[in-house]
Amino acid sequence: MQLTGAEIVIRCLVEEGVEYVFGYPGGSVLNIYDEFFKQDKVKHVLVRHEQGAVHAADGYSRSSHKVGVALVTSGPGVTNAVTGIATAYMDSIPMVVISGQVPTHAIGQDAFQECDAVGITRPCVKHNFLVKDVKDIAATIKKAFYLAATGRPGPVLVDIPKDITQAKAEYSYPKTVALRSYNPVTKGHAGQIKKAVSLLLEARRPMVYAGGGVVLNDAAPQLTRLVHLLGFPCTNTLMGLGAFPGTDPQFTGMLGMHGTYESNMAMQHCDVLIAIGARFDDRVIGSPSHFYRADRKIIHIDIDPSSISKRVKVDVPIVGYVGDVLDEMLKLIESSGERPDPAALKAWWAEIKEWQGQDCLRYDRKSALIKPQFVVEKLYELTGGDAFITSDVGQHQMWAAQYYKFDKPRRWINSGGLGTMGFGLPAAMGVQLVNPGATVACVTGEASIQMCIQELSTCKQYHLPIKIVNLNNRYLGMVRQWQEFFYGNRYAESYMDALPDFVKLADAYGHVGIKIEKPGDVEAALKEAFRQKDRLVFMDFVTDQTENVFPMVPGGKGLTEMILTEEL
Amino acid sequence: MRHILSVLVENEAGALSRISGLFSARGYNIESLTVAPTEDVTMSRMTIVTTGSDDVIEQITKQLNKLVDVVKVVDLTEGNHIERELMLVKVRAAGKDRDEMKRLADIFRGRILDVTDKSYTIELTGTGSKLDAFLQSIEPGVILETVRTGASGIGRGERILRV
Repeated sequence: MQLTGAEIVIRCLVEEGVEYVFGYPGGSVLNIYDEFFKQDKVKHVLVRHEQGAVHAADGYSRSSHKVGVALVTSGPGVTNAVTGIATAYMDSIPMVVISGQVPTHAIGQDAFQECDAVGITRPCVKHNFLVKDVKDIAATIKKAFYLAATGRPGPVLVDIPKDITQAKAEYSYPKTVALRSYNPVTKGHAGQIKKAVSLLLEARRPMVYAGGGVVLNDAAPQLTRLVHLLGFPCTNTLMGLGAFPGTDPQFTGMLGMHGTYESNMAMQHCDVLIAIGARFDDRVIGSPSHFYRADRKIIHIDIDPSSISKRVKVDVPIVGYVGDVLDEMLKLIESSGERPDPAALKAWWAEIKEWQGQDCLRYDRKSALIKPQFVVEKLYELTGGDAFITSDVGQHQMWAAQYYKFDKPRRWINSGGLGTMGFGLPAAMGVQLVNPGATVACVTGEASIQMCIQELSTCKQYHLPIKIVNLNNRYLGMVRQWQEFFYGNRYAESYMDALPDFVKLADAYGHVGIKIEKPGDVEAALKEAFRQKDRLVFMDFVTDQTENVFPMVPGGKGLTEMILTEEL
Repeated sequence: MRHILSVLVENEAGALSRISGLFSARGYNIESLTVAPTEDVTMSRMTIVTTGSDDVIEQITKQLNKLVDVVKVVDLTEGNHIERELMLVKVRAAGKDRDEMKRLADIFRGRILDVTDKSYTIELTGTGSKLDAFLQSIEPGVILETVRTGASGIGRGERILRV
């Protein structure tokens, strides 16, 4: 059957089971949009800026384990999408971005809305393609979805010139993909797994450090079983929150720059550390040389060989899908009948309890000003810990991570690697679309929210009843915090002057806005917002301007060199 | 330490830029890079000469392997190998220097490819250090132009790199 390139694109998306495409039309993708118009199998969501399209596809993927799909036009369409693509790349989110390109004969001529999409996205995609022949579209899209979702996931860009979407070719969708140059290792090495298990069983001061890889591989059940079976303490990274239940007594809280005292201390003082789907990044372990000073054995499970021994040398590397590797480990431990020394574990837990006695997440609960931590705690209470929480980047992100206890994976949606302000709202759109009826809240700040505020319009069009929790401290809070600590209180350009009236702004977009100025009104406002199930409610919480995020490991310092409270 | 990486890559547009981009983005050194299709035209073979500590070389190898276009990576310096580089050098060859230049080319087993009454163009193959030695043995003022390919390498004996 002869089809146009544009028809083929849509057919391929249907084959891949794509429900939603987030996009924005333009000259180079008009043929594809015309095909969207003629069908109703794949729904298109019109965003207000291409960055929003990619973040929405990203949130869609993170909260569902499906591949997110975005569609943008050539030139500025692609360049606007780059921030979103880089965000997805840093957090290994499976995504396919289809971009229009100027016609093949115009490529390289500095044509209107031309940019080298493949070149400009190369460093921030898992792979990308420029389709030069209509006959290659189907195979390329098949490859794109396969690459995006397998191995270490990531975004894949498919750039299609306009004339290629117009040309005709015989259509058949390939059933399988074979790439001789791409064969990710999936099963962990049996010998290494055995070695790891015996290390775990001999451990006297063990620590489990689990990251986003566990969430991405849907391996939270295996992780939870392993931690329970062994009776070990467990910490999650920012990206891993929810991989191990946040309310479990064996959970020691998030680790890292703004992690809990007990998690960071346990990381440094353990004798066997097992890292699962995590990558020892700078915000997690601080200075590698300080981290390495401690004498401990490290087991590292990751799907990406290049993540292993990149920042920290490990003793037992295991490359493979974390879920498969954990399955194997569980089998070995269960069949061995052996367990770690209970007396040693008891002593280790006693030490951890002592660290927990620091109560490092305490804050002033009697303040006359709204404490941002209090808002997040109330949000947690009122949603029963069962909401999807997206966030932007900065202090509010850390407070959400610290005070919302995620019991399930894929509930905490944030830009961990790239740290993209403007991520929260569009990501929440994707989350809400793939989880209709679920409670979705975007914890943000008055600076971040303004980076993609235009998406309030998209939320109106598609009736997305997201609850926006704006922790408004009139500052770029995290920047201000660093300036207070490390730049002698010189608050260079971190004050947010001339803020809009967010209540009026929400109203102008057709939503509900509430301004909350007193701690006593926090709960009522949240209740009111959640009562309005079918409306987007923008809650503007006027919070304590000078509140800081604690604990804090200053950049470049060792993991245990934490600043604990304001007084220190 | 100096390492020679042999890399088999899909002969796709953009494969070279993915590899060179990886080196620049991650701050790795490239001393030289040569590339051409193999007997199987769907595949190219690249020889990259780089320097770095063992940790850095390990990361380079892993990062190269991670690229979707890369089929195989081997560090030739891990075993016995042969390394060759081609140089074309145009030198002034007039008067009494002319005979001397011819003799020198012979000593280094170079071949004179082009002759004018004032110059020779000499072809020389060998390891990088042999080519360096040749250049050092003639007066700098005599060299008009040099062009070098960078090293190509292959394992000795039964060591074979193929798919």
